[in-house]
Amino acid sequence: MSKDKSTPLGRVRNHGAAAEGTGHFVGQRVSAIALIFLGLWFALSAALTMSGPTYLAAIDFISQPFNAVGLILLIMVSLYHMRIGMGEVVNDYIHKPFAKIVLLLLNTLVPLVIAAGAIFAVLLVNFGV
Amino acid sequence: MAGATRPGDRPISPFVTVWRWHVTMASSIIHRATGVGLYGGMILLCGWLMAIAAGPEAYAPFGAFLAGPIGQIGLYLLVACFAYHLANGIRHLVFDTGHGLKPSDAETSAWFAILFAIAAPIGLWALVTFGG
Repeated sequence: MSKDKSTPLGRVRNHGAAAEGTGHFVGQRVSAIALIFLGLWFALSAALTMSGPTYLAAIDFISQPFNAVGLILLIMVSLYHMRIGMGEVVNDYIHKPFAKIVLLLLNTLVPLVIAAGAIFAVLLVNFGV
Repeated sequence: MAGATRPGDRPISPFVTVWRWHVTMASSIIHRATGVGLYGGMILLCGWLMAIAAGPEAYAPFGAFLAGPIGQIGLYLLVACFAYHLANGIRHLVFDTGHGLKPSDAETSAWFAILFAIAAPIGLWALVTFGG
């Protein structure tokens, strides 16, 4: 310890409980900018090109290459964005340690599972048997 | 410290129950609430895609639900949630650049986000219903 010339602040910096700081902050904003375009595109094109929530209208929509790529991007970016947001909500409002950990685990599991399922679904509609 | 009593008239940390409601506070709370709503919407969208891929028989009840009154109201509310989260999200991106933080400006933009969230789903509904 006597050889350590760093200040107390210098010694603790980057070694806090979370071990990271601005990563989520920046990630949330970068994904937000992407979602302005992806979200607007999906809301408008889905509402205006699909005649109703019918099977054929949905197949027509998803089969367009542009829409398929857009959907996959929308799913990946929004699930990333909403996982950060929900993590913040859980950390802010849920104070019981057990419930908090369960919800944070679910907040990782649910987006992963539905993203894998939905992206596979888009591919299946386009390349399936 | 154990057993220490808190004087009754001491100021406590402010929370919604002791704050007068104002629009910038409401805008922040609605942003989180609509974010949680959109989380549910994204689960619905992914479920919709999986149901489509599972085939017409598997999709039938899903499509009937979306076409029914609860589904239609749900979709309308999701559009409202998205419109709000979009407008208020852009507002926050502007805040991040250091602009629009004057209380009067922040209040004006908060009202704009709320009014946009009311107007946008009505506009989209009118476009879909009467535009074709």
